Amino acid sequence: MKKPANTLRNMILAMVITAGFSAIILSLSHIITEEPIKKAQDAKKLEAIQAVLPPDYDNNPYQDRITLSGSNIELYPARQGSKITSVAMKTYSDNAFSGRLELIVGFLLNGTITDYKVISHKETPGLGSKITEEKFARQLRGFNIEKQNLKVRQDNGDIDAVTSATISSRAVLDAIRRAYDSYNKFNTLGN
Amino acid sequence: MSSQSYNNLTRGIIRENPTFVMLLGMCPTLGVTTSAANGLGMGVATLLVLILSNFAISAVKNLIPDMVRIPCYIVIIASFVTVAEMLMAAYLPALHSRLGIFIPLIVVNCIILGRAEAFASKNGIWQSILDAVGMGIGFTGALTLLGIVREILGTGSVFGWKFVAEDFDTMMLFIMPPGAFLALAGLIIVFNKITGACK
Repeated sequence: MKKPANTLRNMILAMVITAGFSAIILSLSHIITEEPIKKAQDAKKLEAIQAVLPPDYDNNPYQDRITLSGSNIELYPARQGSKITSVAMKTYSDNAFSGRLELIVGFLLNGTITDYKVISHKETPGLGSKITEEKFARQLRGFNIEKQNLKVRQDNGDIDAVTSATISSRAVLDAIRRAYDSYNKFNTLGN
Repeated sequence: MSSQSYNNLTRGIIRENPTFVMLLGMCPTLGVTTSAANGLGMGVATLLVLILSNFAISAVKNLIPDMVRIPCYIVIIASFVTVAEMLMAAYLPALHSRLGIFIPLIVVNCIILGRAEAFASKNGIWQSILDAVGMGIGFTGALTLLGIVREILGTGSVFGWKFVAEDFDTMMLFIMPPGAFLALAGLIIVFNKITGACK
């Protein structure tokens, strides 16, 4: 078969048909993957919420979530009966080494951190990525934001930063601080 | 299998290895190979896109006028990459979030347009698929190898399995950008020694 000649009509036709086919393929795969993508994202959050909250609640914190107005922070209250016992919050920091750091942190109402789970980060693998590891996370479990200083030692705080990843460590604390502050703000407004 | 098919299949693995011999696709090669798993994931994603794009382009090569072939090829490649990205986000979310921006960047990976232009646009469907498989395996192998070397030297682990103590000082340089160049250069030296000795 001979190739079509380089006339304007042929060229426009070839490109329109290619683009049309591409549009059909893309919309089909969008329809197929839309639901699983949403599920995968929800599953990740749900897993993190369950990991950071003390397991004494009887509601579904993810379904009861509240998005705090004017921010990207989500609040997941854990209730026992009608009383809130602890909260998990999805929070973020833009002061990380690269990109946005998102994590879910849980704390008791007296300001004690139960645990945190990083849900997305773009830190250097092997350096900044150690903020997700046990050695750093251990220090924050049971840490009281009211009584202790939530800062790294370089900033006269009580937390040992990850070696050669002070910026990433600061970002984690920044995100937790943001969550705690907006929780308090939300609480005072609510009452 | 005829000798021509065999030739097309194996060309990309050693003789014209896209990474070690032709030095194509350096952006993902240097960018994502911070661990063996990332390298393997990126390689397989590229392999799949390469097979699909080589297949599609050799199928439509006689319908597209010469002057607009590049834009048409890019639209075809970009569609497959987007499909691959959506599938990864849906079924392999962990890998998808680690590879991040490098997945959409497969569109401009010169290996893919290079094979489309140099091979698929001149050969039949079956030979083009063989060529894509060979090139894809060569690329995947190179990325995985580079990932393994950098992971061992940089973090003391292989595929996430750590074999040194938690506090052991590893050569962190190798998981940072300069380490990518050093590790790649080292591997090319070894590769050339071995292939040179075989000639």
